[in-house]
Amino acid sequence: MTEQTPNSFRNQPDERGHFGQFGGRYVAETLMPLILDLEAEYIKAKADPAFKAEFDDLLEHYVGRPSPLYFAPRLTEELSGAQVWFKRDELNHTGAHKINNCVGQILLAIRMGKTRIIAETGAGQHGVATATVCARFGLPCTIFMGATDVARQAPNVFRMKLLGAEVVPVTSGAATLKDAMNEALRDWVANVHDTFYIIGTAAGPHPYPELVRDFQSVIGTEARAQLLERTGRLPDLLVAAIGGGSNAIGLFHPFLDDPSVKMLGVEAAGHGLDKEHAASLAGGFPGILHGNKTYLLQDDDGQITEAHSISAGLDYPGIGPEHAWLKETGRVDYTSVTDMEALEGFKLLCRTEGIIPALEPAHAIAAVAKVAPTMPKDAIICANLCGRGDKDIFTVAEVLGVEM
Amino acid sequence: MTRFQAAFSPTRSALVCFITAGDGDTSANLDALVAGGADVIELGMPFTDPMADGPAIQAANLRSLAAGTKTADVLRYATEFRARHPHIPLVLMGYANPMVRRGPEWFADAASAAGVDGVICVDLAPEEDPDLGPALRAKGICPIRLATPTTDAARLPRVLDGSSGFLYYVSVAGITGKQEAALDSIDANVTRIRQSTDLPIVVGFGVRRPDQAEAIARVADGVVVGSAFVDIVGEHGVNAPSFLQDLTASLAKAVHNARKG
Repeated sequence: MTEQTPNSFRNQPDERGHFGQFGGRYVAETLMPLILDLEAEYIKAKADPAFKAEFDDLLEHYVGRPSPLYFAPRLTEELSGAQVWFKRDELNHTGAHKINNCVGQILLAIRMGKTRIIAETGAGQHGVATATVCARFGLPCTIFMGATDVARQAPNVFRMKLLGAEVVPVTSGAATLKDAMNEALRDWVANVHDTFYIIGTAAGPHPYPELVRDFQSVIGTEARAQLLERTGRLPDLLVAAIGGGSNAIGLFHPFLDDPSVKMLGVEAAGHGLDKEHAASLAGGFPGILHGNKTYLLQDDDGQITEAHSISAGLDYPGIGPEHAWLKETGRVDYTSVTDMEALEGFKLLCRTEGIIPALEPAHAIAAVAKVAPTMPKDAIICANLCGRGDKDIFTVAEVLGVEM
Repeated sequence: MTRFQAAFSPTRSALVCFITAGDGDTSANLDALVAGGADVIELGMPFTDPMADGPAIQAANLRSLAAGTKTADVLRYATEFRARHPHIPLVLMGYANPMVRRGPEWFADAASAAGVDGVICVDLAPEEDPDLGPALRAKGICPIRLATPTTDAARLPRVLDGSSGFLYYVSVAGITGKQEAALDSIDANVTRIRQSTDLPIVVGFGVRRPDQAEAIARVADGVVVGSAFVDIVGEHGVNAPSFLQDLTASLAKAVHNARKG
């Protein structure tokens, strides 16, 4: 906890890109001038009504926003506690919240005159969203993806290729998301003159955590208005899953200065916090990786340890720096659920509401299933359903021992 | 006179040699570099995520970590090197996280006790200097910064502010060992940077052969070679020292004679 409560939780980061002690710009010198250019361009874009108008127009007519706010009656009844509502970002074009950010970043890339896009991806959702906006705007696109993930996410690899992207399998390290991000940074440093890096989560060097949060905040801004309209008041609790944390910060940020609204971020506890997991707040320590200072899974020497989660989208050893700050200030509570609990959350939503969630929000659902029964029946929970589960049915089938 | 001041001379360019700590027989490798004529040693601290490095040094990092190398081992190699070679400047090069893990003061104390002269922290931009720079300076260790082809005249003072020892000019926008050094632009950039600083300017990234090293040594105060050595260690393992010494000798001859006649 910090010594004093800030006047507002919504005015981070500072001018150096720091969220308290977290965030910052820890990159090789070759990238610094570009990072500074991006910051300057983003400041201009934020002040430009034409930028906002184009972003809003694309979100409405291309992505399909606003996404619905849905009251889940049978899940609420089954849990017999607080009312459970879902922000349905899984109904977006491409099936997850990732596209909100990609639309914003490609508009920035175009403003900066960049002619080539790169991105990293874990499960492939951000890769698909990036390939989608690149096709929409006619820009060539290279997606870095760990070779392990390429093998286990074949449908998304095919989607990216259909959309015209080049998918580069990364074989270094454990060949997963962390290694894909290393390789994207290596490509960027060699191609700074024409290339824009669309980072997929609210992490990386400043200004990425800020701009990704801002683009994703459409989730919370809509949810806040929809909840007020539908229930006449603010919710008691917001719940969202956290890998890097972009869907969670997008939901939380517009509510941070509403003191009555509690928030719960849900990390992936994998096989358990005492075994392999991806819960960097619960099991990590502050450190520096991929351009920012934040909580990281690491050993005593500062070597990064491999994360594990059943959800490829949460399988990352770090977390966005604003979450690290929100944990330290105490404004947001963080918990974690295991692979098996997430799987139960997955099945629960399928069975009670006829919605197949992605394994990422299945973690949020599992947390809701734990906390809702402890709350009064007039309490309101809003959880972010940040992705749909079509991509995960093979993983789930394998865990359940079902031959497909 | 510091070891750095002694190593650099206006009439003779210096050869700066990099290897990764914990990859092969580190002490024997370092001795081979010195025997071959290295003027400055850069000892790489292995890291799981070396995102500014090309395939050769990435592989060296992973070999070293797979062999169980710890930060304590890196510091021990440095301490033993200093005992054997009292006059050769020793620079630790690596990434921020292993350096700050136990706190910047801890690292600065340990590096100082090990006889380290300078530290290159690849991903610590000048903007984040407070994370490590003050602790190093308090112990008399030089924070050595990198300037790159993208570091323009407006930004250069920011890079130079707080730098000491020498300035490392990265010859290409890219990662280590991947591309060839761009000889034609090095001359102009070194000349430009020299107008802003009295620090020795060494040039690296993409330098592997004596002919490249010689061409760069005509304009730069030092030439860094890394991936070529690391490749030798990767290929020959514990038998690397004699090969390292041979390459060092041919590079040293080219670099040291570049400004004669």
